[in-house]
Amino acid sequence: MFIIKNRKIFVTISAILVSLSIASLFVFGLKLGIDFKGGSFLEIEYTTERPAQDVVEESIKVLEIGEIIVQPMGETGYSIKSRDISEEERASVMTVLGEDAIEKSFTSIGPSVGAELVRKSIISFILVVLGIIFWIAFSFRKVSKPVSSWKYGFIAVMALIHDVIIPIGIFTVVSYYHGFEVDTLFVVAILTILALSVSDTIVVFDRIRENIRIKSSKDFTETVGQSIKQVYTRSIATSSTTLIILIALIIFGPTSTKMFAIMLAAGMFFGTYSSLFLASPLLVMFKNTQKN
Amino acid sequence: MFKTRIKALIILLLGIGIGFFVYKSEVAHMSLAPEEAPKGLASFPFKLGLDLSGGTHLVYKADVSQVFGSEVNDSMSSLRDVIERRVNMFGVAEPSVQVQDGGFSNAGEQRLIVDLPGVTDISQAVEMIGQTPTLDFRTENPDPDAPQEAVVDENGVVEVNLNSQYVLTELTGRYLDKAILEFDSTTGEAIVGLRFDAEGAKLFEKITTENVGKSVAIFLDGQPISIPTVNEPITGGEAQISGNFKPEEAKLLVGRLNSGALPVPISLISTQTIGPSLGMEATTAGVKAAIIGFLAIALFLLLWYRLPGLIAVIALSIYVMIMLAIFKLLPVTLTAAGIAGFILSIGIAVDANVLIFERIKEELRSGDKIEDSIRLGFKRAWLSVRDSNISSIITAIILFWFGTTLIQGFALVFLIGVIISMISAIAITRLFLYILNIKRTNKLTSFLFGSGLSSAKAVPVNAVSIGNKADLSVQAGKK
Repeated sequence: MFIIKNRKIFVTISAILVSLSIASLFVFGLKLGIDFKGGSFLEIEYTTERPAQDVVEESIKVLEIGEIIVQPMGETGYSIKSRDISEEERASVMTVLGEDAIEKSFTSIGPSVGAELVRKSIISFILVVLGIIFWIAFSFRKVSKPVSSWKYGFIAVMALIHDVIIPIGIFTVVSYYHGFEVDTLFVVAILTILALSVSDTIVVFDRIRENIRIKSSKDFTETVGQSIKQVYTRSIATSSTTLIILIALIIFGPTSTKMFAIMLAAGMFFGTYSSLFLASPLLVMFKNTQKN
Repeated sequence: MFKTRIKALIILLLGIGIGFFVYKSEVAHMSLAPEEAPKGLASFPFKLGLDLSGGTHLVYKADVSQVFGSEVNDSMSSLRDVIERRVNMFGVAEPSVQVQDGGFSNAGEQRLIVDLPGVTDISQAVEMIGQTPTLDFRTENPDPDAPQEAVVDENGVVEVNLNSQYVLTELTGRYLDKAILEFDSTTGEAIVGLRFDAEGAKLFEKITTENVGKSVAIFLDGQPISIPTVNEPITGGEAQISGNFKPEEAKLLVGRLNSGALPVPISLISTQTIGPSLGMEATTAGVKAAIIGFLAIALFLLLWYRLPGLIAVIALSIYVMIMLAIFKLLPVTLTAAGIAGFILSIGIAVDANVLIFERIKEELRSGDKIEDSIRLGFKRAWLSVRDSNISSIITAIILFWFGTTLIQGFALVFLIGVIISMISAIAITRLFLYILNIKRTNKLTSFLFGSGLSSAKAVPVNAVSIGNKADLSVQAGKK
């Protein structure tokens, strides 16, 4: 089987992608959005032409609400970021911006609400990871030869990390150039990728397990190769249908879920890649080191 | 076979019926006049979240430091009731006021979350929630030397500040049982009737007894609104405020008095407003993405899986209709993230069909008859369909449990989607494949059941068919 034969190449590709992602995480960093940090975000649109950016900045500076970031948005709009501001402060910002400025959306999040979201995200993350690890352990409780079941679990977790790290890497690069910040949907995307990618890996391992049981071949490497051959069409078919619809969401969907859809699509793609080209080769490599 | 056909027909008709319901109720709701109360089918609209409908989301922190631990829950629910009354008074359609208990995740803060669909003027919203009417009864100041303040405005009208002329009594709005709008039978003037509770009635009786012949001032929000003179002691705990009110003013006052004062102080810690145009844009884009995505998948299924693909498209359409009907009936609050979850769930619903078709094709390759292949294909695919959805279900439940409103919007739709898609793939797709009643295997059928570039012709038994014949016994042994 092609994949197993060239396993070193595929594992290397994955290793490079993961390293690049980690590197970009350190170089570009993850910028936390106001969902987590607290702060405010105001979107305005001018009915006619928008005034120059520094004019807008200067007029708001008079109010002394601290550091502000003004960015052009759309054809005639601006987005204004600042610390979390009170209702009176928002009203005075709108007053200095003039009658032509129409408020499209406004969000102000107090630091305690942001801190709560951080805690909630961490709890959800831990619970999802625990839930998935238990699920993997349960799925592989019956196989222990020739590779012990905890190794299947360990590799499934490695594939999981791979599937999450690469979309995060893509996110850091995209957000560096387009100014996206880590928001609530980022967390949801990560957790959904965890769920979707583990099921793909389990489908492949399930086949391997089945073929071991019916003793399709004496050689473990060959069994893995055959199993991949049996499942790769449908693995690719199922993830292509999901990818098709996610691409529709990226191109035509609402702006607010664009980055979310990009991350899910990346997760879906690398999730399928890892279950075929990473998890199974790793299983064979583990088995071989075991022998020596 | 006849039974199966009837079943399939029933499911098909049900699917069409559900689709018809979704369509009709949407048309009925859209043709409603803005003021009209929805009835019949029109009372099942899609419930849009604030990010799609436009509106205001406010989070208040309640200061319960002065409340005993055991009474926190009570005062929070009475706080919710008061705010709910105030919000309702302003005629907001379907407001939602929720208490969020202090727990580990929000550092023990007691919060109140107020969602006001359609309200985009934050100042107005904040004002109507924050208003605390204070009503008190004051008696004449016994100190005759109390300084008097007067202001002369630009037109030369002298206004005497009465605050120093009166002193507070114990009687306040706290003892008010109810305020009622009444009309004077002779002048037709609007008056506000007050009914005190037992304690308030006693206080009122005491005040009127002690002040016969003097005036008692009724102050609202620190301003005198009515200064009647007491002619005789009043028992029974009822009083009237007549202050030359216009009927609307009197009505508003009654509303404010009845909504009462807040049991605990609150402060605004987070606001979010989405303008109606932005919400509309997001909704249109979400619907567009869903339709285009669905059509693209339908095309893929037809081209790649042919006849089973057509069946999958029908099953998928029924799935979409069931989901839309659930959104309307439960109702599920749809947000942009929720629509994304729905779109993702369509992709996953296809997965189950694909898993089944691929299994059927494998069975066909191993030389089984089409009928047997379908049966075996389903049987074997079910386990992987179930297994591959469990992790999604686990994640959706955790997200729903811990999430904020935004996350829950996604999690709920995703969870319902995954469960319904499993049912639709197993029940609907299978039934439809069975009724084709294909007994013979020929060139045409193997083309129709083939996929992509290959047909489903039987190939000599080799490594590919491993795991088909033999694992029947394994499956049986497992159960």
